Amino acid sequence: MRENLHRFFRAARGAGVHVSPAESIDAMRAVKQVGFSDRAILRDALLLTLAKSQDEKLALGDCFDLFFSQPEPRQDSPEADNNDDASQDADRSPSSGAASESGEGPPEGLGPLAQMLLSQDRNAIAAAIASASGAASLSDIRYSTQRGIFSSRILDAMGLQRLRDDLDELTATNPSLAERLRAALDGLRQAVRDTVSQGLALYAREEAENLRNEILRNAPLARIERRQVAEMRALIRQIARRLRERYSKPRKRQRRGHLDVRRTLRRNAAWGGVPFLTAWKRKHRDRPKIVALCDVSGSVAQVSDFFLLLIHSLHEVVDDVRSFAFSSHLIEVSEILEKKSPEEAMAEIMSKVGFGSSDYGSSLVDFEHDFMSTLTPQTTVIVLGDARSNNLDPRADILRRVSERSKRLVWLNPEGRLAWGFGDSEMPRYATFCTVVRQCATAQQLERAVSDIVAIYQ
Amino acid sequence: MADQKASASIEAVESGLAAQGYIASRQIATAVYLSQQIEKPILVEGPAGVGKTELAKAIAAWRGMKMIRLQCYEGLDEAKALYEWKYAKQLLYTQILKDKLGEVLGGAQTLHAALDQLHDFGDVFFSKEFVEPRPLLQALEQPGGCVLLIDEIDKSDAEFESLLLEILSDFQVTIPELGTVSAITPPTVILTSNSERDLGDALKRRCLHLHIGFPEQRLEERIVDSRVPGISQALRRQMVGFIHEIRSLDLKKLPSVSETIDWARVLVLLQAAELDTEIVKDTLNVLLKYEADIEAASPQVTTFIAKAARSNVFG
Repeated sequence: MRENLHRFFRAARGAGVHVSPAESIDAMRAVKQVGFSDRAILRDALLLTLAKSQDEKLALGDCFDLFFSQPEPRQDSPEADNNDDASQDADRSPSSGAASESGEGPPEGLGPLAQMLLSQDRNAIAAAIASASGAASLSDIRYSTQRGIFSSRILDAMGLQRLRDDLDELTATNPSLAERLRAALDGLRQAVRDTVSQGLALYAREEAENLRNEILRNAPLARIERRQVAEMRALIRQIARRLRERYSKPRKRQRRGHLDVRRTLRRNAAWGGVPFLTAWKRKHRDRPKIVALCDVSGSVAQVSDFFLLLIHSLHEVVDDVRSFAFSSHLIEVSEILEKKSPEEAMAEIMSKVGFGSSDYGSSLVDFEHDFMSTLTPQTTVIVLGDARSNNLDPRADILRRVSERSKRLVWLNPEGRLAWGFGDSEMPRYATFCTVVRQCATAQQLERAVSDIVAIYQ
Repeated sequence: MADQKASASIEAVESGLAAQGYIASRQIATAVYLSQQIEKPILVEGPAGVGKTELAKAIAAWRGMKMIRLQCYEGLDEAKALYEWKYAKQLLYTQILKDKLGEVLGGAQTLHAALDQLHDFGDVFFSKEFVEPRPLLQALEQPGGCVLLIDEIDKSDAEFESLLLEILSDFQVTIPELGTVSAITPPTVILTSNSERDLGDALKRRCLHLHIGFPEQRLEERIVDSRVPGISQALRRQMVGFIHEIRSLDLKKLPSVSETIDWARVLVLLQAAELDTEIVKDTLNVLLKYEADIEAASPQVTTFIAKAARSNVFG
């Protein structure tokens, strides 16, 4: 049973529930208290000790049901009684039933697997498959591409080699029996394939997901395929949530520090220095102010889509964010991002200024004209764009003034460094006025960049 | 005595809590039972008003133990949760004992010797005398054990969680100047959270994780039965059925068990024999706490009453 629990923990990990060794020890202790007899209580106990959120509880509950619907390798073999067998014989197809009752019986000299298949003892076969999957360590399966190799490993463990020899021999001596055996083998292959699929469902979910996320994380945002966009959005939202978790709370941290001895003594001078009132030091912290300028022109539309999504969540972390979107002219989008759901906001912004050909110069003129006063010496300005201005005047002088008025100017460019300065890219000219210039083409780079920006205010 | 009660069985927990008027589902009873057996805190999550805090109260009442409650909020720190030095008292004592200090130090010939002597007395001011125990330390110091309720942990800051870790895993606190204070009898710890923010993994892994959602219809009927004795069976069924219908709506704040109980009390007070559109519309503000929610639910009232009545017939 211990062995079984360990396999369950592995299955739980596959289902995306993080089971650390310490948690598995807790679970074992809990199971020791409640025992195995009542499955409902066992389920409760495992859910209580292993799952740490409602989502995990659901996943683990499914996993539990799936896991305990599987035949248990060691228990089944002694239970394979004739009674059960007879009832199963009854609902088998008449032809195969007739064949097995024709009195031939499995001839001597065949290997155990052939014997088992010919006698059509389903319980024995199921038990053999289960123990062979144990031997082939099916619980190590991680990716769907491994299906084939695990199927053949299990079949080998069950003695496929011997069965092949038997088949060759029978084809010569007893063709009809060979035919039956071949049909049974096909059935066996199917059963093993099913077992492997179930194993994959049990043990491999998380790995496959992690792998997919990892690939997605490092994929260039601009070249995400249509079918991946939804997944990418989910990933960005996950990143945003992580940023929020990390940065939203400490901002509100208690500001009381140590006892301020000097002020305490001074305040109590009236009582001859007997300290009736205490005074405390306060911690000073910058209030974060962020101004984000986001290029939503055709060339970077997809990246800016994700970037806006991230800014949307930034609005929740930082009180004072103002966001602007531009392609040929610039508008403020803070309110849209704050009031609407990400999807609606994105659609509205794109319909207002999106997809045009970019004109950095006139957009910067718009910004200077209407919003220059929003910049203070505490402001971090983030610009997201490829700095391709269609050979129009880049107005780098405005960017210089922006840089002078603010604390930091960060430029995130979705293009690779190699492309900067070639064609109509004005990046080198702008870069001189930026505090930081970063390539920002993948979700991971986006996360790091935004994380760094928020972190300086902590 | 208390230990004996605790080491019984899941059924014993269930009936023990029921005796205090807390009707527990099997999950809840299993959690309480396991938390006693393997000495782990329970982290209870779920929407507001489903009886998370009540659970702690019921356990305390059942096991005849004191309940110590720590209400969490933003900015809660160790000075308010754990212990604080009585600075003012320390300073005051120094002032009052000035003369005494002179006496003590009088024997010292050099400044160095005086300092040495002062060192011996320095520790006096950082002794138990000058520690103000706050809820967490109080809980550890209860000789007979207690139920420690850490309410709405999700409202506190992430740092505060780290502060709790030592208590939750080992039932002890380390005070730098005094050393480690271990619990005399490990308290039964219940943490509640409305999932306003995700709690840290370290905290979660030290606790049993219990999620209390809205109860099933049968269970809720039993809860109403135990809390509002005067209510007729027919009305009880009907109103619980009605509330289950309401919960299927997309509302800002779904009515939870505490609202169900309030509503049941109101209906009994109004001497309602059964639900009708009139009385429901008049009392809907007991169930729903937002004007927008009431507006959204009002047009459905008649249908819901009919549905509840039908389920009454078949259920």
